Amino acid sequence: MPSQYPIDPSRTDLAREFMDNPMGPHSAALQRIVTRMRDSEAEGRYVLVTRIPYEEWGLAQLSGRRGVDLTLLEDQVFTSIEEAERAVFRMRWEQITGAPLALD
Amino acid sequence: MLDKKIAGYSDQISVAPGERIRFMVSCEPGVDRYRADIVRLISGDRQPGGPGYRDELLPTSVSGEYPGRTQETYCGSYAVVPHGPAFDRLGDLGLQATIFPTLPNLRRACLISKMDIAAGRGFALWTDPADGLVLQLGDGAGGIREFALGQPLVAREWYLVSATYDAAGGEIRLSQQLLDSYARDTSSGEASHRVEGTAAVSCDAPLLIAAASREEARGKPVGEMIFNGRIERPVVASRVLERNEIEALRSDALPRALRPDICAAWDFARAIETDEIVDISPNRAHGELINLPIRAVRGSTWTGDELDFNHAPDQYAAIHFLDDSLYDCEWEPDFEFEVPADTPSGLYAARLTSGDQEDHITFVVRPPRNRSTASLALLIPTASYMAYGNARGAMETGNELLSNHLTVISPEMRYLNRHTEYGNSMYDNHNDGTGVCYSSRLRPLINIRPTHPWLWQLSADMHLVEWLDAQEIPFDVITDEDMHQDGVALLERYSCVMTGSHPEYYSTQMWDAIHAFTQRGGRLMYMGGNGFYWRVAYRDDKPGAMEMRRTEDGSRSWASEPGEYFMAFTGEYGGLWWRAGRTPQSLVGNGFIAQGFDHCSYFRRTDESRDPRAAFIFEGVEDEIIGDFGLIGGGAAGLELDSASRGYGTPPHALTVATSEQHTDAYIRVNEDIGHMLLSIGGLDDPQVHADMVFFETPRGGAVFSTGSIAWVSSLFHNDHDNNVSRITRNVLDRFLDPAEFD
Repeated sequence: MPSQYPIDPSRTDLAREFMDNPMGPHSAALQRIVTRMRDSEAEGRYVLVTRIPYEEWGLAQLSGRRGVDLTLLEDQVFTSIEEAERAVFRMRWEQITGAPLALD
Repeated sequence: MLDKKIAGYSDQISVAPGERIRFMVSCEPGVDRYRADIVRLISGDRQPGGPGYRDELLPTSVSGEYPGRTQETYCGSYAVVPHGPAFDRLGDLGLQATIFPTLPNLRRACLISKMDIAAGRGFALWTDPADGLVLQLGDGAGGIREFALGQPLVAREWYLVSATYDAAGGEIRLSQQLLDSYARDTSSGEASHRVEGTAAVSCDAPLLIAAASREEARGKPVGEMIFNGRIERPVVASRVLERNEIEALRSDALPRALRPDICAAWDFARAIETDEIVDISPNRAHGELINLPIRAVRGSTWTGDELDFNHAPDQYAAIHFLDDSLYDCEWEPDFEFEVPADTPSGLYAARLTSGDQEDHITFVVRPPRNRSTASLALLIPTASYMAYGNARGAMETGNELLSNHLTVISPEMRYLNRHTEYGNSMYDNHNDGTGVCYSSRLRPLINIRPTHPWLWQLSADMHLVEWLDAQEIPFDVITDEDMHQDGVALLERYSCVMTGSHPEYYSTQMWDAIHAFTQRGGRLMYMGGNGFYWRVAYRDDKPGAMEMRRTEDGSRSWASEPGEYFMAFTGEYGGLWWRAGRTPQSLVGNGFIAQGFDHCSYFRRTDESRDPRAAFIFEGVEDEIIGDFGLIGGGAAGLELDSASRGYGTPPHALTVATSEQHTDAYIRVNEDIGHMLLSIGGLDDPQVHADMVFFETPRGGAVFSTGSIAWVSSLFHNDHDNNVSRITRNVLDRFLDPAEFD
């Protein structure tokens, strides 16, 4: 069962911490949020797909089923893992809290 | 976008000069030709800042262009019984078995079949998602008639099922009876049908258990519509069986009165350690198992009083069939290589290239079988390669929580996901959820490649190969399988044996050999973490196959069923070596304590490192901090960590010369070391979450040095090998190659 830890949408300070250092290590409070985000059902989970090894990655969602390919989200291409982590953090923040992440 | 379309495997993993190795290759459409060369592998890590891929071409007759073709793989396990006189008398028919379906709702699946479809002759008994038991009989005129019971089976319950055909009376009877007792059970039932005319029950086709067959390939029937689950005591009779007879045949020895009418009754409790299924009827219609279904599993009569199948084989009279198990792809060879007599021992590959496509079918050239050609042996952990081979987790369960980073899916991983027929790793579950307890190297192992972006096993061990090459130290390469077969005699030819970064899986023969080596003056450099952890078994008559059971506890992706902790191959108790009284700590001074996959840390020297006995290790090393750099996670202490423990058997005189620190909360102590789960098991809280680098002397002048961390080898390359990890490794190696005895 995926994590059900509630994310407090007012804690944008923790979101900022993630944007500053997306690869971690994170503070304990931020790690709880990150764990909630990473602990999802396999079906639909965001993953990166190698487009050019070590240079360019696309975003995709897992099928969650053996033998069924992932679904590529063609409009999302990244040239660094950090950039991708930030983008997925934003998407998951909005999915879980119901509101887009607004950082000044 | 980069895609992978070519892969292969070899019939051997280790060959000596003068011997032959064959290579089998399959290409997806679009790869019409490929080039093959034999190369010596030097390095593999292509990440920025890494050593890159390097090899050395061996001029051989293999070099050249080959036609690309797609080779079929038939996965799934079943039994084949050749047609014989035992089945000639079939006119009436009695079929029965005790079954435990694990995926009854997936699709129709065949329990037992003997059918010539073209002629419309024979019989087949199926499970159907909607109708439960279904009997098919040939009409003798090219057609097949079908009779259903009409009630679906429940998954993971034992049923006694039977089907009979009375030719004279034209009556079919079907029965499926739940062996357990549930209120409101609707899955048990019976049905009878009238047959118009006569059915043609007898045919010359082979009999299959757990599968149907429409075609032959490579001289034997290809199983399809494979049944997932357990089958016990299948029986074929040449007359209608009554209820009391069906009950008697379920488990007892064959009743005397029934013998004349039994065509075959297979007792899966016999010959458990083999691929044979034994018919206990007078006909002796024995059969052969294909693709390693699981044996030594609980049957319907298991009481729980006996946990070892060796003591009560009758309670283990079932076989677990699976539609995705695989032993041998059995592809046609594309080319073969006769290793010239003067070929230096080393790690080699058949390098396949075609445009942007490549594959490296990796193998070892060991030294000549009767001698060594260097003082140092690099012991390639092929058992562990096999355990991890074709790990599917990245695209299924997803590894994001383990790594604490987004999962990156490489072309290799998508290719593996496209090729479910290549089978699974021992970290996966079968399609029906059963843990994978057998592996084989007679199939492409997609992640066991020198350039695989997941730096693990071979791809991580390439860092060690690259470092040894750069040090210009001569070394032989040998494998787990060589050590399993040759014993300590193989190791004794060397002053020093060096392991790979994660030698986790050990057979009894391997453990005995390496332990004896350390006790007879040998020097062992254990270059990784979580070694000597799980017990595995090989079978002499099943080359390239390996078994393990994930028993009791241990860091594990699945758990063996209760009562199934003993390995079918050898009858040995499986699981953690610790549970068999042989701890890693007693062998190498440290043992698995924690794992985490986000960041790697560093070691700090200890007071014990100032002991004069350890002076040689740190010669020329001024730093207190060791390995705060590296190509995996940025440090030498990481991924899986081993610590010293007197309680677990670390020799009392062992020196812990460095200890790692500052591990993140993604590092968690192994569950077998934890009683109650507490909040404080992560790296930030738990002082047990650390690696210990250990040195100790062994009897007769030998010694052991253990790094305590899988990530260690990935720090060797840093700063063109001029770093303290490289220096410590070199110091130890130089001293371990020095014949002067340790006190």
